Formats: sequence, C-alpha cells, structure tokens
Amino acid sequence: MANNVGHYLEELHKTRLWRSMFRSGEGDSNLHRAQAVQTNVFLHLFAVKSRRRMLEFSATWYLGALTLGTFMVLVVTGILLMLYYHPSVPQAYADMKDLQFAVSSGVFLRNLHRWSAHAMVLLVFAHMFKVFYRGAYRPPREFNWVIGVVLLLVTLLLSYTGYLLPWDQLSYWAVTVGSNIASAVPVLGHKIRFLMLGGNSVNANALLRFYVLHCMVLPLTALLLIAIHFWRIRKDGGLYTPDKSAKEGEK
Amino acid sequence: MSEPKDFVAGMESDYRKAPVRVAFVTRRTSPAVKYHDEEYVMSYPETLLRAAVAVEVLVVFLVWLALLWNAPLEQLADPMHTPNPAKAPWYFLGLQELLHYFPPMVAGVLVPGLVVMALVVIPYFNINVEADGIFTRNRQRRVTISSVAIAGLLIFLIGFEVYVALPAVVLIAVLLFVAASTPADAPAGFRRWLRSKPLSFWIMTWFLMELMVLTGVGTFFRGPGWAWVWPWRG
Repeated sequence: MANNVGHYLEELHKTRLWRSMFRSGEGDSNLHRAQAVQTNVFLHLFAVKSRRRMLEFSATWYLGALTLGTFMVLVVTGILLMLYYHPSVPQAYADMKDLQFAVSSGVFLRNLHRWSAHAMVLLVFAHMFKVFYRGAYRPPREFNWVIGVVLLLVTLLLSYTGYLLPWDQLSYWAVTVGSNIASAVPVLGHKIRFLMLGGNSVNANALLRFYVLHCMVLPLTALLLIAIHFWRIRKDGGLYTPDKSAKEGEK
Repeated sequence: MSEPKDFVAGMESDYRKAPVRVAFVTRRTSPAVKYHDEEYVMSYPETLLRAAVAVEVLVVFLVWLALLWNAPLEQLADPMHTPNPAKAPWYFLGLQELLHYFPPMVAGVLVPGLVVMALVVIPYFNINVEADGIFTRNRQRRVTISSVAIAGLLIFLIGFEVYVALPAVVLIAVLLFVAASTPADAPAGFRRWLRSKPLSFWIMTWFLMELMVLTGVGTFFRGPGWAWVWPWRG
C-alpha cells in the first residue's frame, strides 16, 4: 500500500505538469531538497538547512509554528464565516442565529474560529515568553523581537475587533468597556475613541469599522509581518542557539 | 628555538557529520568559526515535516474543543441594559482589574504603554544581552537597590490596596534573597540556577506572574460591581 502510494507520487513528480510547477526536479538528494526550498516562493522564507538541535521539542516547543497554525485555521474558518455574515445591526446577530440553527456545521465553524482565536492569543504570549527565557532576542535578532511585539499587538487587536462582530450582549459591552479605556488617553482620548467607533458609542458604524479592520486591514498586516518575521529568522542566521562552550567557560 | 604554534590541526572522523575537512583554528580566527561545528539537517523535509505534524496535532485538538464546547452567544446587544459586571475579553481582564485600583489614565494608558515600551527595548540594552547574574558583580550595592525597590513596590501596592499583586512580589523577593545569598561556588542546582539569572529575568518573571494573577482574578473572582466573589460559591 505505502509502496503503491510512493510509486504514484514518484510518477506524479515525473509528469510535465508537476515539473513545470516545481523546479526542484526528481530525486531526493540534498541538492533537490535544497532546491525544493529555494525555488518555492513560500518556503523560500526559510533557510535551506536547520540546526538539528533546534528541532528538539524542548528547544522551541514549536510555539511559533503552532501560532502560525492557529492563524491559518482562523483565516480558513474566517473566510467561510464571512459567507454567512452581514456587518449590520441587527442582521449580524440574526446571522449568528442562522449559524446556530440553519447553516450546516455553522456551530462547529463558529466554535472552531472562536477557540482558535483564544488559542492564538495564548500561544502568542507563550511564544514571547519562551523566546525571552531562551534569550533569543539577542543581537542580531533584536528587530525580529520588535516585530514579534508588534505581532502580539496585532493579534490582540484582531481578537478584540472580532469580539464585537456577533453583536450580542457579551460582545457589545466588552467592546464598550474596552473602548472606554481609549478615552483615558490625555487630550486626544475622546477623538481616538470617536475615530475607533465612528461615533460616540458602540453602534452600527463601530460594527462596520471593526468588521473592515477584522477581515481586511489587520489580517493583511499580520500576514505581512509574519512573512517578515519568518524571513528574518533565516537572515539572522537561523534560530538562536546558546553557545554551550561559552556557557561552560562561565561556570 | 622554534616559534610556538598558534594553531591546532584536527580532523573530524565522523563522515556523517562532516566531509573530510581539515580546519586550522588560530587565535585570530573569527568567533563565527566556533559555531560551525553544529549538525545541520535539510529544512525540507526535516523541519517542515515536524512543523506540519505539530500544527496537525494542534488542529485535531482545536477541532475536538469545537465539537465539545459551544462558543458563547447571549441576547441581542441592548445599549439600554448594562450587564453587571460588564467584562472585557479575558486577555484584557488584567487591565480591567488594574482599572479597579488606579485611575484610567494610569491603568489604561500609562501601564500598558510602559509595558509595550519595556518589551520593545529589551534587546537594545547590553545588560540584557550579556545577561549576567544580577548579584555576580557589585553584590552589596545591588542587594541594597533591589531591597529598596521591592520595599517601595510593596508600600505602593498596599497604599493602593492592590493586595492581589502582593504574593508575586513577596515570592520574587524571597527568590532574589536566595539568589543573593548563594555563593559562587555553590553546588550546581536550583540555587546556582537562580544566582545566574539576570535583572531582566526577574522583572519578566514578576510581570508574567502579575499578568496571570490579575487576569485570573478579573476572570474568576469578580462579580457584580466588580466586588470579590468566590467562583465555587453560587
């Protein structure tokens, strides 16, 4: 069985169509493996080789990869949810009810989106603390740490803007509480709040603004920053590895 | 009367680690050379496959969550009817808990602003890059400074009645005391580990503890009017 699948894959890799798409050629020498990364626009963000000891689970707990995983789940479920959602009052809430009772797997879709969002916030925090405790922010990786902090803020904003969209009591008052904090900014506070909500209170304008931010502006920002974040790992010499010999010398 | 050699010749015998190669490591060799004896693997498929498996395990876990628990959905939003208490999303409940003690300008703007600033500048200070144990140099002076800082923090928190934030401060103070009283030649173990920890470690660990305590209190221990409630009662 496994042999059969392997055989078909091999045949597939030899077809003209496959070779026109992926230019690493056939064979599994290290040259081909290097080319699989180098000739792919997405994989090209990563280095061709990785340090073996950074693949250990204890080195990173795979928190960065897992955070990216939640982001991908959120993009897919988010696009599907957009098909059933109108950012208007009170239709938004009616759409939630439709998801609950009328749409096939609507409840599952919303649940998956919701729990993945919580997981992403948790994982981003965990990733940050893990990187900090490993000391991986050290030069030349300082700026990637800064990008990471910005990504943390973008994640919080993504989650916060998404919180309003169901337009139920929970989301309405959570966003009201949150936006009141913005008005504490000296001098500009109320202006910032007005800009954020498109009015003086959470209303239909706020829903539309949060929807645009949640579905367009913030995800694209996050995507761009994630790409830079990964690319910079490669450019900064791979994942940070503490110099063991130097450490022992210290003791 | 020959000149002393300033290099050593060596040969790696494990062909899987390195093709046959002779390296001359002299005293003038750049430090970067030291890092090159790492074992590397091809990112495709080794790294990417592992990452894919990690993500798949996560997705299975998330699907399982989504099948078992429903996302909350309450009544239609009603601006006329304020729930009591009105809570922000859980990751902002630490902030909301702070708002209970401090004016909005401090809790809502100053504190989060300073936290973000502090996070951004971490890698730009040499003290964090070198990351020596906090008490390995100028021990006496640093013990005095940290004692004053902790006493000041305790007085400040008690003054504003932020009692929930006290345990973390006390715990950090105790661990700092242990670190300071550990001699350099102590046997390897927890105390030696504590002794090697730099200033940024102590601040970050304190921040992490307070973040969890405040978020936990805001989530589970606050009821109507933001009064203290025990989650297991009622």
